[in-house]
Amino acid sequence: MTRVVLAVGNAYRRDDGVGLAVGAALAGRVAPDVVVVPCEQEPSRLIDAWNGAATAVVVDAMVSGARPGTVHRFDASTDAIPAGVFRSSTHAFGVGDAVELARALGRLPARVLVYGVEGEAFDAGEGLTRSVQDAVPNVVAAVLDDLTETT
Amino acid sequence: MPSRTIRTDYLARVEGEGAMTVRLDGDRVEHVELRIFEPPRFFEALLRGRSFREAPDITARICGICPVAYQTSAVNALESLCGVDVPEPIRLLRRLLYCGEWIESHALHVYMLHAPDFLGYDGAVELAKDAPQAVERGLALKKTGNEVMSLVGGREIHPINVRVGGFYRAPTRRELRVLVEPLERAREAALETVRWTAGFEFPERTVACDLVALSQPGEYAIERGRVRSDTGLDIDAADYDEHFEEEHVERSNALQSRLRGGGTYLCGPLARYTLNHDALSPLAREAARDAGLGTSCRDPFRSIVVRSVELVYACDEALRVIAAYEEPDAAAVPVEPVAGTGYGVSEAPRGLLYHRYRIDGEGTILDAKIVPPTSQNQLAIEDDLRNVVAGNVQLDDDRLRNLCEQTIRNYDPCISCATHFLQLEVERR
Repeated sequence: MTRVVLAVGNAYRRDDGVGLAVGAALAGRVAPDVVVVPCEQEPSRLIDAWNGAATAVVVDAMVSGARPGTVHRFDASTDAIPAGVFRSSTHAFGVGDAVELARALGRLPARVLVYGVEGEAFDAGEGLTRSVQDAVPNVVAAVLDDLTETT
Repeated sequence: MPSRTIRTDYLARVEGEGAMTVRLDGDRVEHVELRIFEPPRFFEALLRGRSFREAPDITARICGICPVAYQTSAVNALESLCGVDVPEPIRLLRRLLYCGEWIESHALHVYMLHAPDFLGYDGAVELAKDAPQAVERGLALKKTGNEVMSLVGGREIHPINVRVGGFYRAPTRRELRVLVEPLERAREAALETVRWTAGFEFPERTVACDLVALSQPGEYAIERGRVRSDTGLDIDAADYDEHFEEEHVERSNALQSRLRGGGTYLCGPLARYTLNHDALSPLAREAARDAGLGTSCRDPFRSIVVRSVELVYACDEALRVIAAYEEPDAAAVPVEPVAGTGYGVSEAPRGLLYHRYRIDGEGTILDAKIVPPTSQNQLAIEDDLRNVVAGNVQLDDDRLRNLCEQTIRNYDPCISCATHFLQLEVERR
């Protein structure tokens, strides 16, 4: 396995499922050496999930105050994800923590891109909000572009 | 001294979402509240109208950390209602799966969430820079827990192999043997974890409330048992509602539990250890003794040592189960629905998890009730917070906030363990 897409989320927390939706939309559209992994687990597992991969693309929902559906892209291989920003993760151990923990331990793949899709609703329930649903094809296209560049 | 408010909107390193407010008027603690947002209410509604056979799959989605606990309490409730007692090999497989979950959850909490408090780090990332070997040990332990869950549960998270009546597929003896070597290494790592955490500095604190845990003759109760307390309660799961009550609290969508006619109680590692110390394996008991723990522990700060001892036990017990495993004749026994109400309990990593289901003769779920350990512990956490604040009012806001957060993390609350989104805040809390 040289390249992996980690689709992070929870389909029962509305827009938190956007990473999984992107992962599902990518299935069948990526090159044979790309593995798409749905990650419904707590994010420290990412460190094992990208073990051995040269490139990892992580997709998750996020909240920064931007317009719902806004797509953020972080190149974690060149820039540290600011610790202060991700300390406020509502989850025990956020995607940012997983990236920085792996960096501290020398277990970060050579190239790591993190996509954050601005969510609107995170209450218990199924289904993405309209603006987040509309963002899914854009994220899929962007991830496919990234994967083409890293071939 | 002026009045001041210490507030944390999102608790870092606590499972899920949570918020805490402490209001002081001079030296007097005016108000303490822990607001929690819980998913079980949504899932209780989701379960209504579904087949009873879907309950383990649906409830597994409530928690990313303890899906096996939800599945186990669900199948316990439904199997007892339908008059089914699963054969011993199936029960042992469930116990093994549960050991995997304990290993993963406890390793996450001890290393990634709780140890940084004691060692003066903001979090595991900072700890990893100075003590990479310790953090790697925690990650390796977690990984072994995952491996057990994958092999027995069919998938690391939200195991898909558990069903009412047993499993969809039972592993062979040969398949399980693959786990022996990683578990032996994990057991050594767990012993090292006990030595490591025992060396931390602990403020001397004890909690006075009742302690409630499952007990089962001859074993440290995990996947079954009677509900017992250190003050004499000893009941079957079916009598839970008679002895415990939940009240709705406006500030959260969670229900707070208390003992009827009694009051605040605590479940989880301290309760399990205190009630069931003698049922630990000799190795786990020895590790506890060497760590300076007595045969009971009421100190919430030392819960990290107790969790470490339970890590040793879970590895030890998983190895014992694998050695004793006989492949069942069938992976599951048939279960036909029986109209009525079923009750089930098990020991989630954080404590007692109670499920109740009412189904009709076709097996359709008419009503479900789920009481997770965190709502059972909420009153105890708030009481403890109030005492911690009262004894430390001289601290500045930042230090007091840190102490409050650590106090909450002592209980490993799973406030809403079902969301993963990145919370980006520009302002520091």
